[in-house]
Amino acid sequence: MAKNIYEKIWEAHVVYEQPGQDSILYIDRHYVHEVTSPQAFEGLRLAGRKVRRPDMTFATMDHNIPTTDRSKPITDALSRKQVETLRNNCREFGIRCFDITDTRNGIVHVIGPELGLTQPGMTVVCGDSHTATHGALGALAFGIGTSEVEHVLATQTLLQRKSKTMQICVNGTLAPGITAKDVILAIIGKIGANGGTGYVVEYTGDVIRNFSMEGRLTICNMSIEAGARAGLVSPDDTTFAYLKGREYIPKDKAWETLISEWSAWASDPGCGYDRTVELNGADIEPQVTWGTSPEMVAPISGHVPHLSEITDADRRAAAARALEYMGLAEGTPITDIPVNKVFIGSCTNGRLEDLRDAARVVQGYKVDSSIDQALVVPGSQQVKLEAEREGLDKIFREAGFEWRESGCSMCLAMNDDRLNPGDRCAATSNRNFEGRQGKGGRTHLVSPAMAAAAAVKGHFVDIRRWAYK
Amino acid sequence: MEKFVTLHGLVAPLDRMNVDTDQIIPKQFLKRIERTGYADALFYDWRFLADGKTPNPDFELNAPRYQGASILLARDNFGCGSSREHAPWALHDYGFRCILAPSFADIFYNNCFNNGLLPIRLDGKIVDKLFHEVRACEGYALDVNLPDQTIATPSGEVISFEIGAFLKERLLNGWDQIALTLRHEDKILAYERARGII
Repeated sequence: MAKNIYEKIWEAHVVYEQPGQDSILYIDRHYVHEVTSPQAFEGLRLAGRKVRRPDMTFATMDHNIPTTDRSKPITDALSRKQVETLRNNCREFGIRCFDITDTRNGIVHVIGPELGLTQPGMTVVCGDSHTATHGALGALAFGIGTSEVEHVLATQTLLQRKSKTMQICVNGTLAPGITAKDVILAIIGKIGANGGTGYVVEYTGDVIRNFSMEGRLTICNMSIEAGARAGLVSPDDTTFAYLKGREYIPKDKAWETLISEWSAWASDPGCGYDRTVELNGADIEPQVTWGTSPEMVAPISGHVPHLSEITDADRRAAAARALEYMGLAEGTPITDIPVNKVFIGSCTNGRLEDLRDAARVVQGYKVDSSIDQALVVPGSQQVKLEAEREGLDKIFREAGFEWRESGCSMCLAMNDDRLNPGDRCAATSNRNFEGRQGKGGRTHLVSPAMAAAAAVKGHFVDIRRWAYK
Repeated sequence: MEKFVTLHGLVAPLDRMNVDTDQIIPKQFLKRIERTGYADALFYDWRFLADGKTPNPDFELNAPRYQGASILLARDNFGCGSSREHAPWALHDYGFRCILAPSFADIFYNNCFNNGLLPIRLDGKIVDKLFHEVRACEGYALDVNLPDQTIATPSGEVISFEIGAFLKERLLNGWDQIALTLRHEDKILAYERARGII
């Protein structure tokens, strides 16, 4: 019988199917970061348990770390303690940690694919909802809570119920300038912030196939913003070309053998899904969120909704609250929304292709005088180094951007990079929740090119009409 | 883990959809390395005025009539966003033991069961009715019965709810998930040998 990729990975990882209970699912990769792990390690210590497979567990610091000079100690005492706690836990339990000074350090969801740690057919978990990112490589990857982190550390397994499956198929041809970020925001706008709840999503169609691995990582990353714990793309030549030569790709197998093993995970032709959603790529415009949920999104040619246009009572109430928080009037054209901060980075859009896209836009331009801060935060130290090799840092600096060290940074503002109350930010990150980027801060989610253009113009503009220099 | 069997509790309403875990507990409280002590952090940005101390009189949960509530009545997609288990920790530390909503985000839903919290999915129309009743009647309390999978209202109406058999059993017994799985350690070892990963 034809099977989809989720069914194949699930079946290959069931250790034990317990009648009437959750299945025990084996985990191939467990990523650990400083924020959601300390209580899990403490739990192990209290129970006298070990980490079952330190060789399948990899740690990094990303949420709390400063994006300024790394040779200096972290000034925030609580952040410093959390980072030190992870370092000590890794030492005590024998876990490989890509520490702050390691050139492989970076946002966990950027370095996993970058190092070749995440591979097709794997089960991947992390105490972080954006673990969905890794699904781009054809892995079943999802976020878990700290109790589950402890469970995986102790047993290398998770208790799981099988999800329903949803196919999101995007066909057609994208207009020039439309990126993966616009596609995933359009998807979330269509199915809603809980449209994917209870499902694992597989992204299919020409548009997804034609995306680079970076683009697919952006798409899968925001699956959770539609409520889906996991989003996958079946592995293909793009996947294999991306993985070739990366540090953690098995060296004891011939490359052809690996490709044939990985290819087998792809969904079979004619396989079924519980639900299918289709979008026409040609219809997708640059997207900008106007509210406090990623589903509150509009095309660049559109406007902030009139409340009378929203028929559902709960959604209307949510929109009214959002407009108040965002300080926006009903019916405001999206291109009339000014910003005073710009953030380019995060596990959604902090990869090399994202930085190239943004740099191409700002090349030969200056950041507008109305912009108080424009930050570029690479997703990893490797991304930073490669970008510098290409001279992207110079383009950003000359335009008036700050060029920083890697980390989660202003996506969630656990370090010093944050919005002040009333700031309005064009952000390439994933969440426009109230206070996400700093208490009272207002976030508009956009693609890297759209954020760069907003930095130059001081308000949102249609990137399809950008005059590249 | 704490068991959940039955609960007679005061109900507090939170009439907003898509309540994300950033709202349930903002980032600055995630820097701690302990598992408890998050009661004051719950809904921090909504609950307190800009000084971070004065209760916000406009936030419904701050009303005197809802103090001591152990059941939270919420809207669609409660607990969306970040996987932070600090969210159920904060709800639990504040005193909540049960959350009623039309839908929950998947990761949050799972996290509740590891912390003795019972999330109950109810039809949107029933949730609407409960919001109406809670607001109309001060001291509105519900009786939640997990073995029977029922909620009894003050007027004697009985609402039944669905829950996975295994999740139910875990809450009723307060089982430690890890201990449960480790009973099958031999099977994990056999799996690793069969796949040649040991």
